[in-house]
Amino acid sequence: MAQLEEVTVDLYKHLVSERALTGETMLLNMGPQHPSTHGVLRLLLELDGEVVVNCIPDVGFLHTGIEKNMEAKTYQKAEVMTDRLDYMNTMGNNLAYVMAVEKLVDLDVPPRAQALRVILVELQRIASHLVWLGTSGLDLAAMSMFLYCFREREQILDIFELVSGQRMMTTYIRPGGVWRDVPVEFEKAVRDFIKIFPKRIDEYERLLTKNPLFIDRMVDIGYLSKETALSYGVTGPTLRASGVDWDLRKTRPYMGYEQYDFDVPVLTEGDTYARYLVRIEELRQTLRIVEQALNKLPMGPVRSDNRKYVPPPRSEIGLSMEALIHHFKLWTEGFLAPNASVYSAVESPRGELGVLLEGDGGPKPRRVHMRTPSFDNLAVLPELVKGHLVADLVAILASIDIVLGDIDR
Amino acid sequence: MGVEQKLGNMGVVTTTLENVINWSRTNAMWPMLFGLACCAIEMMSAQAAHYDMSRFGMELMRASPRQSDLMIVAGRVSKKMGPVLRRLYDQMPEPKWVIAMGDCASCGGVFNNYAIYQGVDEVVPVDVYVAGCPPRPEALIHGVLTLYEKVKGIKLAEKTVEEK
Amino acid sequence: MEKSLEPILKNLQDKFGATLEEFRGEAQCIVKAEQIVGALKTLRDAHHFELLSAQTAVDYFPQTAPRFHVIYQLTSISKNLSVQLRVPVSAGNPKVPTAANVYKTAVWRERELIDMFGIEFEGHPDPRRILMPEGTEGHPLRKDFPLGYEEPQFTFNFEEIDLRKPYAKE
Repeated sequence: MAQLEEVTVDLYKHLVSERALTGETMLLNMGPQHPSTHGVLRLLLELDGEVVVNCIPDVGFLHTGIEKNMEAKTYQKAEVMTDRLDYMNTMGNNLAYVMAVEKLVDLDVPPRAQALRVILVELQRIASHLVWLGTSGLDLAAMSMFLYCFREREQILDIFELVSGQRMMTTYIRPGGVWRDVPVEFEKAVRDFIKIFPKRIDEYERLLTKNPLFIDRMVDIGYLSKETALSYGVTGPTLRASGVDWDLRKTRPYMGYEQYDFDVPVLTEGDTYARYLVRIEELRQTLRIVEQALNKLPMGPVRSDNRKYVPPPRSEIGLSMEALIHHFKLWTEGFLAPNASVYSAVESPRGELGVLLEGDGGPKPRRVHMRTPSFDNLAVLPELVKGHLVADLVAILASIDIVLGDIDR
Repeated sequence: MGVEQKLGNMGVVTTTLENVINWSRTNAMWPMLFGLACCAIEMMSAQAAHYDMSRFGMELMRASPRQSDLMIVAGRVSKKMGPVLRRLYDQMPEPKWVIAMGDCASCGGVFNNYAIYQGVDEVVPVDVYVAGCPPRPEALIHGVLTLYEKVKGIKLAEKTVEEK
Repeated sequence: MEKSLEPILKNLQDKFGATLEEFRGEAQCIVKAEQIVGALKTLRDAHHFELLSAQTAVDYFPQTAPRFHVIYQLTSISKNLSVQLRVPVSAGNPKVPTAANVYKTAVWRERELIDMFGIEFEGHPDPRRILMPEGTEGHPLRKDFPLGYEEPQFTFNFEEIDLRKPYAKE
């Protein structure tokens, strides 16, 4: 195994100020093992006393080679890799990848499957925001938030387990539909959640939103202007807190989002507190989408009938020779996709999650690129923290809600 | 230990030093707050109210390796992280234990590629492997209890020999 | 394809000699490496493409000329449009001028391409590796870089692999 190299200033000479070279300011290493970096992120800080002069993020400690590994698998089998990218948003990753596959091979999705996808992806969004709320509360010493948020998250994970058999890595959304229809208990489980959750959001808000300690730590910290955000490619709630009304669910509706009535919260303050408020409001709006989708949930098939790309149901295999052949072909060779490239994007809890998928005419993709929102959202961090205290850095980092699996891939 | 049976009316217990030490080690094991990937979220779930790992004397996650005696490697270990992980392990005081949580930490999991160590046992010696991708919080708690069983069986003499 | 995208693409074709391809309603323009910065600037300033959504590359190994395509996925927030630019890069001389002066997000995205594909970006402010550790040989996402498969341990070959597996010592 390689030895850990000593860090010298030489490597970062072009990134730090001249005062660091003379020893006037201090270089401090934060991470990769640090409780408030939300994963294995390493920040090299140049400090003047307590004030951050420069911040150099170092990522890659979780580089998993997912993109390379997906090139070595057939289109269906590559999907399991997407779960493990942004592990707070597994359903959303599935959806992004599956939508790219469907676009590449021109596959239809039945309406029931679309509605189910919406319900599950939106529940996942709530779960992801809950982890964000819990951990960022923990970073600002609001310990009870962590316990409350994980309590509600368990309820969502139970729903996922009900439909897919797994709590986190569900791979439930498949090309052409979903894995199988939801069990009968599904509706009641979701309704129970819809019933209790608004009260729980009020409870979180009572603890945090007007809390003077919380406001002191959040307001006017880490200001991000609209122009900087756009130039750095920041998306998602972080962008919307800076005054840009851009939500792919509204502007480029997919999976029938145009049928649902919901608002996109936009604030212009651009500070840490605004990002907090946007996400809290998103929790409420997301719940509205779940409720509407559940009320409108149509009956019908949950998988496309296009047997060239979608395996036949189990019941057919025993009766039809053709179905058996399709099943065998799909699970051994996989399906062939055209030699072309598509880009499709969905709105993940962190921003635009895009998939650039290029086929080569065979059963395996030539290139899968996941345009992950945390990657760009983290790149803007040095701009946000300059001039703030180290303690504020923790609040800012929590407010942009990064997931290291999403950054390093 | 079954203290009640051994406790006479004199307020004196007779037991072996080994028993006492191993019992105290298992009931105040401080894990290091060390999350890598997906499994870290399940580790957090295990810590949170629903599963409540503090029932086993483990509510205190230490951020510093110097204060902890159990490392739960929760997630995949990349080639860039390996040396860091090893250094953290070296900084932990003896006696120390390692749980490889999840498939990636145990054997590489679904990531059989250039970037990931095929099992964290190539980096640090592992005591308990917990299977699952990610393991449920119950599975992690079971792994911890399995480790307790192992710790209870440690002979003090052996451990000293091992250290040399 | 969106109707409002047509004049923009026409402009790109006239000004930069871009060749246009269309697939499933997505516009893909192939631009020469020398002209990419100019094309990006035009798109950003004259046509309101504020967001560089993605920047990545594709390896067409064993084809050598061009071996790579560097891809720029641009989004216009005010007009709700998307366009993709592609820059062919040859295997012998993989050099592209940097887009870091046009979009700041390109700094990290290009570092990723330097790391993963070994494409050079001329004028890049910080050309270090980003994901792989310093001192790694090769560029993982190139097609000639091996995936690095290790044989999994099963019951039948457990002993055999166990013997050569590099277990760590205390």
